[in-house]
Amino acid sequence: MREGLVNLALIALLPLVALGAQAAGETYFVTLVTKATILALAGIGLNLALGVGGMVSLGHAAFFGIGGYAAGIAAHHVFAGTPVLGWPLTVEGTDQMPLIWLAGIAAAGLAAAAIGAVSLRTQGVHFIMITLAFAQMVYYLGVSWKAYGGEDGLPIYLRNQFPGLDTGDAMQFFALAFACLLAGVALVWQVSRSRFGQALAMARMNEARLAASGISPYPVRLAGFVLSGMIVALAGALFADLNGFTGPSMLSWHRSGEIMVLVILGGVGRLCGPLAGAMLFVAFETWLGGLTDRWQLFLGLVLLGVVLFARGGLIGMLAGRARHG
Amino acid sequence: MTLALFLEQLLNGVQLGLTLFLMAAGLTLVFGVMGLINLAHGSLYMTGAFVCATVAGWTGSFWAGLLAGALAAAAVGALVEVSVIRRLYARDHLDQVLATFALILIFSEGARLVFGDRPLWLDIPPALSGTLALPGGAEYPLYRLAIIAIGLGLAGGLWWLINRTRIGMQIRAGEADREMIAALGVDIRRLYTLVFALGAGLAGLAGALVGALQSVQVGMGEPVLILAFVVIVIGGIGSIRGALAGAVLVGVIDTMGRVFLPAGFGLFMPPAEATATGSALASMLIYLVMALILALKPKGLFPADA
Amino acid sequence: MAEPILALRGLSKSFGALKATDDVSLDLRPGEIHALIGPNGAGKSTLIGQIAGSVVPDAGEVWLGGRQITGLSVAARARAGLARSFQVSSLAMEVSARVNVRLAAQGRAGGTYRLWGSASRDSRLAAAAEAALARVGLEARADIPVAELSHGERRLAEMACALALAPRVFLLDEPMAGLGADGTARLTALLDGLRHEAPILLVEHDMDAVFRLADRISVLVYGRVILTGTPDEIRASREVREAYLGEEA
Repeated sequence: MREGLVNLALIALLPLVALGAQAAGETYFVTLVTKATILALAGIGLNLALGVGGMVSLGHAAFFGIGGYAAGIAAHHVFAGTPVLGWPLTVEGTDQMPLIWLAGIAAAGLAAAAIGAVSLRTQGVHFIMITLAFAQMVYYLGVSWKAYGGEDGLPIYLRNQFPGLDTGDAMQFFALAFACLLAGVALVWQVSRSRFGQALAMARMNEARLAASGISPYPVRLAGFVLSGMIVALAGALFADLNGFTGPSMLSWHRSGEIMVLVILGGVGRLCGPLAGAMLFVAFETWLGGLTDRWQLFLGLVLLGVVLFARGGLIGMLAGRARHG
Repeated sequence: MTLALFLEQLLNGVQLGLTLFLMAAGLTLVFGVMGLINLAHGSLYMTGAFVCATVAGWTGSFWAGLLAGALAAAAVGALVEVSVIRRLYARDHLDQVLATFALILIFSEGARLVFGDRPLWLDIPPALSGTLALPGGAEYPLYRLAIIAIGLGLAGGLWWLINRTRIGMQIRAGEADREMIAALGVDIRRLYTLVFALGAGLAGLAGALVGALQSVQVGMGEPVLILAFVVIVIGGIGSIRGALAGAVLVGVIDTMGRVFLPAGFGLFMPPAEATATGSALASMLIYLVMALILALKPKGLFPADA
Repeated sequence: MAEPILALRGLSKSFGALKATDDVSLDLRPGEIHALIGPNGAGKSTLIGQIAGSVVPDAGEVWLGGRQITGLSVAARARAGLARSFQVSSLAMEVSARVNVRLAAQGRAGGTYRLWGSASRDSRLAAAAEAALARVGLEARADIPVAELSHGERRLAEMACALALAPRVFLLDEPMAGLGADGTARLTALLDGLRHEAPILLVEHDMDAVFRLADRISVLVYGRVILTGTPDEIRASREVREAYLGEEA
């Protein structure tokens, strides 16, 4: 019960802060809240693999970046007036977010299926190293893809559009990101309590029991990994539009680490843990980053402290021990 | 393609491979003996390079810097093991990943605080600044040959340490069965600190050696760390022999791919496209090789338990 | 004689020079409890692994209901109707027995890739899990995390998982181990009736239970079946006494 209340409060906090900032005329804070919202969505997505399925992936930046590149590439072609594909069939660029999201999510799903198919043949440390390595491969692909900016990345001069909204307006774009977050939370909640979610959780808790129940662990994990990557890709597409930029930095393994960090700060395996983690992360970055260039030093110290001494994360302190399953 | 170019690139690949081996050896030992995944290993590499560049600047001697770099990395490694890493052995891999990721952030910012924001430069020692004539006519830098020699020497030394000494026996026992070495009366905490410091020292040495080829800067250890992971995955986790084989394989394939793939595509593509496609593919090549090896042998080429 | 439901043909597995199982052939017929006994290190665990699919045999075949299942994975064999219990309880410790048993019911019912609808509120799964828990007498303790259950209760929870699979064959690896007198009596009564639902291949150290329950007994020594027969035949065999019972009794 207490955890449910904390979850609700966390979800309500984002629009309240955004509205407050808007009322005070602080558009910059609306943008910050939007950033926290988008990172929370990425965290929710990663948490499906990490918290529910027990897959410690250091490669989710690949999916985040693929979503970002979908937004950047589509916008780039609209801006330049060139088709994305000339052959075998002509595909024009688009500035419509629903189409961009669809493309980004599909591309990330394919990438996650390929990366997952190889990495999930292994477990434990192997899996961590291999997901990290494959994400690095995608990173180098981004760096060497000169047509889309190579190392410099791609600017998005005009934020992509969503039917019926003025996405250039900070508050409306926040509302869109928040709706995506709600959809993500609802999806992950639905999935975790479904038959599939039960099987995925059992793959984390006891693989032998899952197999003895007649359910093959490998495809269950793979499906969870793909779904997780697709949610993170949506966050990536939003993130690129928020920043007006996409580039290899979105694919960097530090990004994987950061998404994982905000899941942990909030408490792994908790539905809304990533929300708390993302808010804390952005608050930390903004507040400490304003005080000192060395804010990551303090982030490192806090993270080390949480890992060594406060394993339930932030919500753990508020709501007690994590409940699984 | 001339013989000279081929030989030159082959040696470059071997040199890269042996540097990777120095990184991978520590990682794989630490995993094999203590069951720990250490993302901060690249920070120790960076520490070695920074200390080497600084001490070499003070003393004017590269060799003094090299020694200081390796020793400083080992000392920092020991310190980190005692203060943080030791608490992680009994934890799951997720906690290990997070805590060592936190260490990276701390080390990177710490290095900026201590050594400043700008990259440092390290000069190749005068005695090794010359070149050696290769068959085919190319001149090959002596310094790179020295790295190859040092790498091979250390690989041999490590083999001797693990297979022929008392410490090595304890390390091997630790890989096989942790309870057993405690039963043998070995001070397991001291052994763990020693193994970690040894790995850190090797990483620091690698960083210092490479520091003279590139600039010494924050973050320099991370691409090497990821390559070292690929090496370990290919070679088989926990296996020193696998680390050596994997490292040389990765070094040679990566180096050769970067040179010869664009040239290869140039045979049937316009030059600009060939360069773009070839170099994009080359940067992904070793990861594709890793995927292929994993598909065939999920435990790597030389699994430690075989 | 009825067609065997589970048939092992020439199963062999070596670990280096050690022959863990050596040309083992066994039949499990409808309605019977077939006990497998043997001293420690006789290869019982390896044989169970080969039947369940976690150990790949060097040679030999496993047939279930007239279909060869030798190449199938653990999960595929479970789907084909083979329910196993583990020698050391293998349950998800941080959740309740009910969640563990419900997952077995879900494995039986299928629909694992259904992303919608709550599994815990699915009445079909709930009923199957409840029935299985009731049969082992664990209803009252079904909602406590397995980690907080006693060793014997975990054995019963594991048995309930096997029941919830509604299998064609039970493969039970020392189900009595660690049970108190009450638990043993309860499980003995359960197994006694269960054989008519699906035959049981029973590996067990509790000789009282074995001789009370088994229709036939096979004796495994150094990886080989030295004798298969009725309990009386086994008791009467000098070979068995020398090889096995003599050592332990």
